[in-house]
Formats: sequence, C-alpha cells, structure tokens
Amino acid sequence: MTAVPAPAGGLQTRPRRGSGRSSARAGQGRAGWAFTAPQVVLVGLFVLIPILMAFWVSLTDWRGRGSPFSGSVGFVGFDNYAAILTEPGLARQDFMTALRNNAWYVLLVVPLQTVIALGLALVLNSRIRAKGFFRTAFYFPTVTSSVAISLVFIFLFTGGGAVNGLLSVFGIDGPNWFSDSRGLLHLLGDGLGFWDAADPPAALTSGGPAGLTWWDWLSGPSIALAALILLVVWTSAGGYMLMFLAALQDVPADVREAAVMDGADRWQRFRAVTLPALRPTLFLVTTLGLIGTWQVFDQVYLISQGNPAKTTLTPAYLSYTSAFETGQWGRAAAMSFVLFAIIVVLTTLQRFLMRDKDAAAEKKAARAVARRRTASSRTTFFHADR
Amino acid sequence: MRSPIRRSAQAAVAVAALSLAAACGGGFDDSAEQQESGSASLTMLIASSGDAETQAVQDQVAAYEQESGNTVDVQVAADLSQELAQGFAGGNPPDVFYLDASRLADQADAGNLFPYVDQVDDVDDFYPNLVDAFTYQDTQYCLPKDFSTLALEINDAAWSAAGLTEADYPTTWDQLATVAQRLTTGGQTGLVIGDTRDRVGAFMVEAGGWFLGEDGSEATVDSPENLEALQYLQTNLAAGSFAYPSGVDAGWGGEAFGTGKAAMTIEGNWLVGAMAADYPEVGYTVVSLPEGPGGPGTLSFTNCLAVAADSDAQDAAVDLATYLTGADAMTALTQDTGVLPSRQSLADAYLQQFPEREAYIAGAEYAQGPVNAPGAEQVLLDFDSQLGGLATGDPQAILESTQTNLEQAIGG
Repeated sequence: MTAVPAPAGGLQTRPRRGSGRSSARAGQGRAGWAFTAPQVVLVGLFVLIPILMAFWVSLTDWRGRGSPFSGSVGFVGFDNYAAILTEPGLARQDFMTALRNNAWYVLLVVPLQTVIALGLALVLNSRIRAKGFFRTAFYFPTVTSSVAISLVFIFLFTGGGAVNGLLSVFGIDGPNWFSDSRGLLHLLGDGLGFWDAADPPAALTSGGPAGLTWWDWLSGPSIALAALILLVVWTSAGGYMLMFLAALQDVPADVREAAVMDGADRWQRFRAVTLPALRPTLFLVTTLGLIGTWQVFDQVYLISQGNPAKTTLTPAYLSYTSAFETGQWGRAAAMSFVLFAIIVVLTTLQRFLMRDKDAAAEKKAARAVARRRTASSRTTFFHADR
Repeated sequence: MRSPIRRSAQAAVAVAALSLAAACGGGFDDSAEQQESGSASLTMLIASSGDAETQAVQDQVAAYEQESGNTVDVQVAADLSQELAQGFAGGNPPDVFYLDASRLADQADAGNLFPYVDQVDDVDDFYPNLVDAFTYQDTQYCLPKDFSTLALEINDAAWSAAGLTEADYPTTWDQLATVAQRLTTGGQTGLVIGDTRDRVGAFMVEAGGWFLGEDGSEATVDSPENLEALQYLQTNLAAGSFAYPSGVDAGWGGEAFGTGKAAMTIEGNWLVGAMAADYPEVGYTVVSLPEGPGGPGTLSFTNCLAVAADSDAQDAAVDLATYLTGADAMTALTQDTGVLPSRQSLADAYLQQFPEREAYIAGAEYAQGPVNAPGAEQVLLDFDSQLGGLATGDPQAILESTQTNLEQAIGG
C-alpha cells in the first residue's frame, strides 16, 4: 500500500489552472482543511475504511478467522452476491424472504409514522391546553430504550396479553400475535372471498420472481410483523412529530394571515400554505424513515428472531445471523451491500419524486440561459466560474 | 465551482489510504507465537446459566491455578457465538472456550480449533456418542464437559386426575398418543413440545431416521422413517392432544408444563432446575421417551472445552481443558448445575445423589447428537421454520425441501 502525502501538502502542489487566484483564498482553503481535518480523519478511519474493508470481505470466502486480508483467504469475485441474488437455493430464498418482509414493513411504517407524526404536530401546534404534557408524552417512546419497549410489547401482545384482553371486550378473539405467521393480505383476500388462504390459486403459487412465488411475495406482512409495525410506529412517530412541530412554528405568520384574508378555509390553508412550507421537513422525515426502516434490527433481534416461519426476518438481521451464527461472513457482507444499494436507489427516487417542481423548472431555465451564454463566450464563462 | 468537490474527494482518498496503511501495518497478525515455558496466562470464555454455575467454574479454575501455576481469566459471555466470532476475526481468541456440539463442524471446518483429544489417555471413559459429537472428518477435537438428554416429563396431579397409574407410563408411540388424548381437557393439552429439530428430531430418531446418514456425509432427510415421524406428530397436533408452546401461549415446553397448560412435555434435564426455581409446587415424574418403530431414541446436547488453534499457550490450554474434564472437577461442576457428567465412571455416584434423573442418564446410551456438518445451520433453521406449520402442512414437502437444501449445503 503506498502512502499518499497528507491532504494539505498534496493540495498545495496541485498544478493550478488559470491565474486569477488570490493568496488570501488559498489561505482560507488551508484553514478550512485544518479545521475539518480531525473529522475527515475520524470519518475516514471509522466509516470509510471499514466500508471498504467490508466490501472486500463480500468478495471473499473468509470464514471469520484471522485477517480477511491474509493470503489464505480466497477471492471469489461476486459469488456471494450471486448466491443471494441469482442462484436458486436456500440462501437466495432466505434473502428474498427477508427483502419481502422488509418491503412490506417499509411500505406500512413510513407512511403511517409520517402521517401520525404530522397529525400530532398539527394538534400540538394548535391552541390546546396542557401542550407541554402532550409533547412530552408523545415524545417519550422515542427516548425510551428500544429494549425496554420491546419487552413491554412482548407482554402486551402475548396470546393472553392486554391487547387480546381488550379485543375480547369487543368480542374479538385475538391472535397469538408474535407466533402467528399468516399474512395480512392472504387473510384479507380470504375474508373478502378472493381466494381460499388454505388452498391458494394455482396461478399465484406456480411461479414468481427470484425463487419466491407470487403468492409468497403478495402475502403482506404477517400478524407477527404487523405487531412489530405497530411497535415501531408508536415509538418513532413522536420523534418525527418534534421535527414537524419545529417546522410548523417556522411557517411565516404573515403568509397564513394573507391566506385568511384571501378567504381560504382551514383545509385550503393547510394544503396551500402549511404543507408546501413543510416540504423540506417532509422530505427529511420520509428519508430518515426510509433509511431507518430498511435497517430494522433491534426489534427483530429482541422479539422474534425472524420467527414465526421467517416472516419477521429482515436483511439486517439475516446478515447478522449469517455472519455471527453461521460464519458466512462474505455472504453477510454482500447482503449489507445489497441493502445499501436498495436504500441509495430508493432515497434517490424519493428525492426525485419530492423535488420542488417550481424550483426545478427555474433551475432548468437558468441552466439553459447559462448554456446559451457559454456558447457565445466560452472563455469568459470559465473565468467567471473560477 | 467544481474543484472543491474534487479536492475533497482527493483528500478523502488520501486520508483513507493513509489510515488503511496504518491499520494494516499494526493490526492483524495471523501467526500465533507460543508463549515461552513457565507460567502461562490463559483466557477462558464460558457461557453460564447463572451465578451458581459461574461460581462453580471459578472454584475449579482457582484449584487449577493453584496446581499448575498458570493464571486463568474466566470471562462469562452474554452471547457466546458472537464473542467467539469476534475473537477469531481479531486473531486473538480465548485459549479455552465452551463449544456447542452443533457448532463444531463450522468451527472445525474454518480451522479455528486445535484438536487435543489424542493427547488424552482416558477418552474411553467418556460416552462414545458424545465424543462422536465432537468428531469431524475423523478428528476428535475436544472433550465434552457435560451433557443433557431429552426425556418425557409427566405432571403427577394431571396424571392421577385422568385416572392413570404408574403402569400407564407410555413406552410406545401408540401409548403416548392415547394418554395424551386422555390428558387433554379444557385448558390442558396432553403433550406440549417445542417446534424445532431439537424436540421433533427425537421422534425422527425413534422412527429410525435422522438428517444425516451414519458417517455424516450424506443427507437422509427425505426418508420414509422421517416421514413417519412427522406424520405421527401431524396427526396428534391436528387432533389437539399435542401442541407447540406458542399454541398454548407459552415460551417453551417447561413454561407450559409448569403452568399446567401441558400435562406432559419433552425437555432435557435443565427442566429440573427451572421447575425448582419457577414452579416448585408442581410434582412431576421423568420417564424415558417412548420407543418408536425404530426403537428407543433421544437427543443429546453437549458442550466441549475447545482449544483455539490460534491460542498462544496451547499446551497450557490443553492442560486446563483436561483438568476441567477430569473426574474430580467434573463431579464438582455437575453438582448443582443440573447437567449430567459426561464420564461413564461418574454415572453411578451421580445417580445415587440424584436418583430422579435416571431417565436422562439412561438416554446417554442411545442419544443422537446434533447435526454435525458445516453450513447446515441455515438449513436446519429453515426446517424449524417449516415445522411451525406442520399441523396443516405437507410433511413430505418439508422433508423434500430440507433434503435439497442440506445436500446443497454439504456438497458446497
């Protein structure tokens, strides 16, 4: 491994293009680097390098003994990725099941927690009494340890637990939540008469992508996973509520007043004034929610360990057990990189979908103008840009 | 303004390269350098059921320190397999550690273990099938420190309430099904068993089947014997006289048994301690598992004292492992902890002390150890997850898919 000169020195000797740079700006740059150096080193040492190392592990058949960089570790290229993505077998079946579970989980948790958080924030932002009390009460689950909450939920959702006790008051015979692997969509379709869950339609069971049948993919979250979803929504909504609340208090009062003067009713004011003002927060909340939910681990580890019938298995948990329990480190690392890719793609997609369309159009127009100017006088543009 | 971005990227790469160079220079050292003669300092990683067990181990280790002049640092792991994995990956594993028989093949195959059994004279004293559980590809790796087997536990009160006597203790599958049916009343299920290979597997053994063939190199999941076992369970599960713990809202068989939701359960000798601690008022009797069409059968669970291949004081580590599996230390260690001594010569003395554990000891003769093949764990987990749906599922399909998966795991 070749040592590269330290960043400050390396930058100084960089050949310069053009000539108009003042020494004051160079000094500023140096100072900037000096101030950020500790953080850059920390991030490099504890984030960037471990990620690169993990990527290397995902390309090897390392069994967890000694250094993954020693000569005895075999390089297998993308075999680990193939095992979980393309080759038929148990490894792919497990990983796809985990992805299926997590996709349903994300699909339910992110919208639910966002809507609930926004609703709570709106209520707290209105003129109600005991605001401080409610704010604390709603925020409390977020600051409580997930271990404690998980344990409480285990007791709440056991077959003879409080939840089923409450349901029985209404004459509902509640399920044994954390050990019930039936899919909600399967049950729903059965209830509505679309299909018989005990004897699913052959069109759905006969095939499907990536080793799971369509029937498996479309199972919906199992009852056990649904209980986890309730837990997570209840826990995290309070935290996001606080973000919405902060943003709500920043909505300019004069705009709201102007809307009132224009005769907008409550709903119109919410749609046309409040919601657009909340757009950046909405993006933040859904992005954080998306990332957090794709990485769900603690609750699975504590409550269900992937049971019943693998319906609460998630990629993060599967990756953990593959590495630490069964010693397939390369495959486990490959799983986490696939998960990483999924998160990046989905976040980018979300960014695109939630972009400010007016701002985007403006930017596009500005770029077109700039391009036209460049075409007419290229040198000037470069000069100005530097 | 594009250059700052490029610059920061360059800086990041530079920092990354620098720190990587530093990390590689200092860190990972593969070769274990043996400590010089004289007193060695050892680390020992154990899993413990509680303070009593930890104390018992520490007492024996203290005695060993006195005798040998070596020092031993005993660490109690919260999550043994995870802490072991960290030790191996860091190149600095504990010298001596507990290793579950179901983990042996994976660890041996990865080269983590130092086989020391050939240095021990009295291997014959250990139950042969326990030593077999720690044998992988004809190499005996480590000595079992103790073991447990499964037996049938019967609630005395429920038994007599159903009008049954000692003469009715089931010795065949048919009898088991019959008494389970008689014991199933309102809130009480006849037999509650865990829904994993570690309980259901006993029925497979009794039917004459198992996951692997004799020599452990061939998958034999999809056999008529295994099918018979699963069908027997399915029939009784469907009839409601057998149930899984989750079906009666219990965490495990012992809980269902202690709370009276189950009249019978199939658990190991750890149940004795759990019952004494949590349900001391429940009277019960332990009998051997009923024989199936393939004869008597049960499962054994055992841990060995393994020595790390990367240990820097291997001789001393072997010394410690043999000391702790010696007759004196084993007698003391199996005293209060509810486990059975793995040396045959200690069985009589142990039974005099704990006559009610006879059924567990008796199982040692014919007990089947865990599946002993690398990479099998995921397959067996998948099997477990399918067992949950056995009552309404297709046993043949479960066996077929497990057969395919196990073949794939063993082959590759």
